[in-house]
Amino acid sequence: MTAQSTSLSLRRPFSERVIETLLFLAASLGVVTTIGIVLVLALETYHFFEEINPVDFLTGTVWSASIKPYHWGVLALVSGTVLVAGIAMIVGVPLGLLSAVLLSEYASPRVRTVLKPILEVIAGIPTIVLGFFAINFLSPEILRPLIGEKNIGIFSALAGGIVVGVLITPLIASISEDAMRAVPRGMREGAYAMGATRFEVIRKVIFPAAVSGIMASIILAMSRAIGETMAVLLAVGQQPQFSFDPRDSVQTMTAFIAQISMGETAQGSIQFKSLFAVATVLFAVTLVLNLISSWVVRRFRTAY
Amino acid sequence: MNTQLSEAPIHDTPTDGAERSIRIATFPRDDPSSPDRQRSYIVELQDVSCYYGPFRAVRNVGIKIEEHAITALIGPSGCGKSTLLRTINRMNDLIPSYRSEGRVLLDGQDLFAKGVDPVAVRRRVGMVFQKPNPFPKTVWENVAFGPKINGYKGDLNELVERSLRRAALWDDVKDKLKQSGLALSGGQQQRLCIARTIAVNPEVILMDEPCSALDPRSTLQIEELMAELKREYTIVIVTHNMQQAARASDTTVFMTMGDDRAGYVVEQGETVGIFTNPRHQLTEDYVSGRFG
Amino acid sequence: MSANATTIPSGTFNPSLARRKLTGTVFYGACIVAVGILLLTLFLLLYDVFRSGLPWLDVDFITGVPSRRVERAGLFPALIGSLEMGAMVGVMAFPIGVGAAIYLTEYARDSWVNRILQTNISNLAGVPSIIYGILGLALFVRALELGPTVFAGALTLTLLILPVVIIASIEALKAVPGNQREGAYALGATRWQMVRRSVLPAAAPGIMTGVILAMARAIGEAAPLLLIGAATFVTFTPAPFGTAYTVLPIQILGWAQLPNQDFHGLSAAAIIVILGVMLLLNGLAIVIRIRLSRHIQW
Repeated sequence: MTAQSTSLSLRRPFSERVIETLLFLAASLGVVTTIGIVLVLALETYHFFEEINPVDFLTGTVWSASIKPYHWGVLALVSGTVLVAGIAMIVGVPLGLLSAVLLSEYASPRVRTVLKPILEVIAGIPTIVLGFFAINFLSPEILRPLIGEKNIGIFSALAGGIVVGVLITPLIASISEDAMRAVPRGMREGAYAMGATRFEVIRKVIFPAAVSGIMASIILAMSRAIGETMAVLLAVGQQPQFSFDPRDSVQTMTAFIAQISMGETAQGSIQFKSLFAVATVLFAVTLVLNLISSWVVRRFRTAY
Repeated sequence: MNTQLSEAPIHDTPTDGAERSIRIATFPRDDPSSPDRQRSYIVELQDVSCYYGPFRAVRNVGIKIEEHAITALIGPSGCGKSTLLRTINRMNDLIPSYRSEGRVLLDGQDLFAKGVDPVAVRRRVGMVFQKPNPFPKTVWENVAFGPKINGYKGDLNELVERSLRRAALWDDVKDKLKQSGLALSGGQQQRLCIARTIAVNPEVILMDEPCSALDPRSTLQIEELMAELKREYTIVIVTHNMQQAARASDTTVFMTMGDDRAGYVVEQGETVGIFTNPRHQLTEDYVSGRFG
Repeated sequence: MSANATTIPSGTFNPSLARRKLTGTVFYGACIVAVGILLLTLFLLLYDVFRSGLPWLDVDFITGVPSRRVERAGLFPALIGSLEMGAMVGVMAFPIGVGAAIYLTEYARDSWVNRILQTNISNLAGVPSIIYGILGLALFVRALELGPTVFAGALTLTLLILPVVIIASIEALKAVPGNQREGAYALGATRWQMVRRSVLPAAAPGIMTGVILAMARAIGEAAPLLLIGAATFVTFTPAPFGTAYTVLPIQILGWAQLPNQDFHGLSAAAIIVILGVMLLLNGLAIVIRIRLSRHIQW
């Protein structure tokens, strides 16, 4: 054994540094992606605003991109998104939270092994399938008979909102369930030992302790509902209008972007450029929501 | 037989640990040989066995808990002391695989009879746990929690103050009622847990190794507190610390694990007698440190 | 001064246990109803899809190409497109995603660089999928002139699922106990040797599960591809590079948007196929996780 083979030199071998550099590049791809998104959106939106007045864009309530006379009031699309996402939250939050409580506090291990995979199955369904369900079953067999065929069409914000609500339920359920299960057993026992019923333990000890995780899950679900494309594309229709009536057929921001891309629109046309402007609004809204969600977790986390 | 020695005041802070070293009778207790001494048993366990699924953890326990006294439950670890304790306030009901046999009588009423609601039992039999578990709420809310859910009609502020005084915590926290209960020290947290337990006015307080997570000074504070509390309540304490049992309790129950891995009671008696002149060899071996 | 000698109860307790228990029971009932609604919805969805689609599902359907005539239409191009897309996404996302996760957990712990990168990845995970389509359009289709091909689509979807793969891999790597790493270091391993031989094998089940589930998501995701120019009527078999293409979700969309009710049946049949693909992938993930976990005992 010669002395050279057991060198104690501090310099890391070349191969190690190459590997570390490669891994660093992989990790920074995320930053590159973000920068890319921001750049593309900013540039193309700027081109759009060269032709269209930003104020009209941001405050107008009529949107007509394909039919003359053209109007570029994005609020019509925003209202569609808000309407559909709002209905989705009304459906998804109760379903998600109640399921989470059941899984975390009431269900036996056997029930959990059945229910959790079912939730994951719902989460894994391609969203186009949910859109199909809306127009093939939900609207014709349930909504229209209930509400009246004259009052609601095949395409409606209600149909789209309901299926998006089902879509986001597993998200709320799983994050909220994790938050509730993380509450230490000692805290529950302390409450039971003073003669509390199970519902009181849930309401007064577990819920308050898990509230930051629950709120974060709700905000994330809102962001997801706003960003959903395929389901609303099929289910909600293509009539941009400024309306908050669930029975109306409206158009969301995402559906508009998809519609323009699928159509025969020329790439340099004003319609095509409007796509980017709408996308910028969409991106900004979801980004803000995601940041709020992280902030909520940090700020309201109950220490125990 | 030793009769009472100096009355230990509650709010003195012990200055020298050596003064509180192991002596048999430090705290006031009645003279066991006096014929006038009234004994009433508030809790009685009759042939109680505890099962986790098919596994029997505790077998055929028959003991009597004396009112307004401190009963210590001692024995080697794993012999079922905690399981037995938690049977008394039906905490074990929270475990799905658990079931018990036998009767647990509180004031003559079987707590395991059909139709008895564990939630109602737990208001009359309170529990303090090994690791202090205050809620992440304010001190005031911690103490008011029990009374509020049990429909207390009266002045909550007054009840909170009274409970904190009885737990020897009022002076420490009277300016900090709106602070989080988790901001207190370990010993203070445990006293907070005691305060909220007595706020619902139980008859019996069960303590599951309440001092094992605390430093020696806090431990002694809790023991002094227990001596005061027994005037109002009945206390049953599980402890693996023999010296603590010898110091602080009136009656001692010694349990051990049998060959079938089930715990059983070897003997029960006056603490003084258990430690100086036990009837069973096993007890003698345990208290002299030969095993456990 | 002890103020605890006498008991002067100033209030009384009124537990009203029955009322409290009733409230609890009502709440429990609501939970059951919620779960019931979810189960019912899932059931109705599957029932509707199978009722509409099963009549159209046969070998000719799977091996045929789209046609204006309902009886002749098939989904082979879409199926091949999806499979090619999924495979390419998996092959690309795996090394990059796992590499990024390794860097963040093993090489750059607790530094400000790490925090920025991780925050960035969390934000990316929440960006709507269609926005990735916009990036893909500008970057891959136009700037790199790849055109509306499977390859461009796969690159775009890789970017989409990368955050998910990274986050899942980070969790899997973090779950490996510290003593595994210490043991390797103590034997004189370099960092990469420690990672490759000690940590990665231990984290492999979790990582593979994450990658396969992300692939499943990529196959089911269509919104970005709409922007990159995936077509809805493709009658030839798409190649990975250089030709137009379509994928299952977009074919489903195309047929569902046609006014002829019969095409909705085709749509449903295609849904059955894509659900089958999802099932296979999820099953594959479970099998791989079990087989890889066999070698791990802490």
